[in-house]
Amino acid sequence: MPHSDKLRLVSVYPELLGTYGDTGNVCVLQQRAARRGICADVVTASVGDPMPTSGDIYLLGGGEDLNQMQAAERLQGHGAAALAKAVAGGAVVFAVCAGFQILGATFADEDGTLVPGAGLLDVVTTRSGKRAVGEVVAEPVNRPELPVLTGYENHAGRTTLGAEAVPLGRTLAGVGNSEGSRTEGACQGRVVGTYLHGPALARNPALADLLLQWVVGALPPLPDPMVEQLRSERIAAALGTPGSRFSASAGRLVSRSRY
Amino acid sequence: MGVSWSGPDAGHVVLAVALPPRVIGALARIVSTTSRLARRGGGSVIGGRVALRVDPLSLVRLTAGRMVVLVSGTNGKTTTTRLLAEALRSRFRVVTNTSGANMPPGMVSALAADISAEVAVLEVDEAYLRTAVEQAAPVLVVLLNLSRDQLDRVGEVGLLARSWQEVLSRHEVQVVANADDPLVVSAAERAGNVVWVAAGLAWRGDAHGCTRCGRNLRWDGPDASWWCECGNRRPEVMWRLIGSDLVARDGSVLHLTLSLPGRANSANAAMALAAAACLDVSLGAAHQAMTAVGSVNGRYLAADVAGRNVRVLLAKNPAGWLETLGMLRAPPTPLLLALNGRVADGRDVSWVWDVPVEQLRDRPVVVCGERRLDLGVRLRHGGIPVSIARDALAGLGALPPGPVDLVANYTAFQDVWRKLSDAA
Repeated sequence: MPHSDKLRLVSVYPELLGTYGDTGNVCVLQQRAARRGICADVVTASVGDPMPTSGDIYLLGGGEDLNQMQAAERLQGHGAAALAKAVAGGAVVFAVCAGFQILGATFADEDGTLVPGAGLLDVVTTRSGKRAVGEVVAEPVNRPELPVLTGYENHAGRTTLGAEAVPLGRTLAGVGNSEGSRTEGACQGRVVGTYLHGPALARNPALADLLLQWVVGALPPLPDPMVEQLRSERIAAALGTPGSRFSASAGRLVSRSRY
Repeated sequence: MGVSWSGPDAGHVVLAVALPPRVIGALARIVSTTSRLARRGGGSVIGGRVALRVDPLSLVRLTAGRMVVLVSGTNGKTTTTRLLAEALRSRFRVVTNTSGANMPPGMVSALAADISAEVAVLEVDEAYLRTAVEQAAPVLVVLLNLSRDQLDRVGEVGLLARSWQEVLSRHEVQVVANADDPLVVSAAERAGNVVWVAAGLAWRGDAHGCTRCGRNLRWDGPDASWWCECGNRRPEVMWRLIGSDLVARDGSVLHLTLSLPGRANSANAAMALAAAACLDVSLGAAHQAMTAVGSVNGRYLAADVAGRNVRVLLAKNPAGWLETLGMLRAPPTPLLLALNGRVADGRDVSWVWDVPVEQLRDRPVVVCGERRLDLGVRLRHGGIPVSIARDALAGLGALPPGPVDLVANYTAFQDVWRKLSDAA
């Protein structure tokens, strides 16, 4: 770990970006680190606080329109610069929904007006009249170590990726970034954005471990049968199948590669 | 009887018949009774649905000439409605939607049940308050609290507060509002006539930011009230709830002796008492009527099932859970938790991660319901060992005999009641 022998998790503006249970992501990272003997400190960066630059993993959650605007305003200037500095130093950023959108180049406010984001992800987000609401399943892009991703989306934003960003996944169910793209989320170096609630890292422990491994290196496996059961149940509910296409133990869609 | 074409939604034209209240009432009652006899549910909604199909303005017609009181908010609607209805019965003939059916069909069904009652006390779903105010022309609206709930159906709570503000600023109506909830204050502050009640607010997860300027609110004003640098602050209150005492502005104290447990129910009673006082019901009589209420629609009732004395509590969102955790019997009293994620519950149950489950240490905990795995994973991450059960009965079987507290969300609560009454 670059900064100290303790993992430093930074929860960014949880009072504004914590509407959909996404603060659970912090808890999941802390627990999965602790169960490998790694102590993680959680630093809360509240709206009035300066953004720490020495965090290892920064987490942003979903939030309502008005709160998202406030978070974006607070992030402008010093906050965004501090985040960019941390990222340049190797820090990881994991952002969900409203948090994902404000890390992009621009996003749309509740009236559809484009406002500048923090510019850490090469994405732009416009606004659709129709909210995307429901279960999502996405197959990770270029990450053979990750099983399919599961989560719940609830957003009016439609996100388009630029050349610098790659999708986190390809949607097998749900809308994700937009109806036409069949993609979900975005990755750019160690900055990851997604529309998945659930919270995302509770439903996708392999993704939680990937973020941790970017900071601490290889980790021993940590099987969790209850989470695996939850994953199969949610994936089956999203795909409208009783789990037949899905192998819970391997955690991957088995039929996909044969097409 | 006139026939007119009307379309509440663009592109949806409905053949509507304007019926006198007597006819709508009879129609709704006949359908409800038929539905009950055919065993297609309790019949509390279907009659209203048919009446609204025939006459989309049924709510307008069935409330005409009556004194209407509306109760809305995220939590406590059903209990406050019940307490207020009991209080008003000391002076009036009252009709009310006691079963928690709080959308327009449920209100119409309730109103149809007794068209000669002079007072209607109606619980209203937060998202339908605008419609209810516009159509039912209430004399009084009681606003309890606003927090995140069923975000996939109801949407964002800030937008809800703004829609309340908009409709209350357009209609002349007396409002009784919880001054300790900044979102409720923003919703009611443009209404002409507000009685503010400091009824408390345990969950502050949706009350961080000032609704006027966005700064973080501070909570260290006089008697722990909220305020902001921009000048926004808790309004001057007429009533304060301090523990179990309701203190009037003149300093007189009414000590609440409710049969219902918990801080949240004291707050519900405080709001209902303030509302009853607005309608010239004596506080003493209103309070006495409320003390007799020991359960509301199955909530707080205890049943003996398979050697366990099960007390059933309803909690359906983070704020409700936080209040409910405070009502639990002390450890090691075992706990059975039931969670569903149907449309009426909200299909997204991510909110369980906002519940401070860490408080549930030192007691056996079993989870059941359709979303038991979501809850189980959440509890385990909070350091709470948990067993998973197929349903409520299996869950009880896994717990030692004796008292058990059971907490369920909306449809899980209904499922549990059905199962337990069959087994009892």
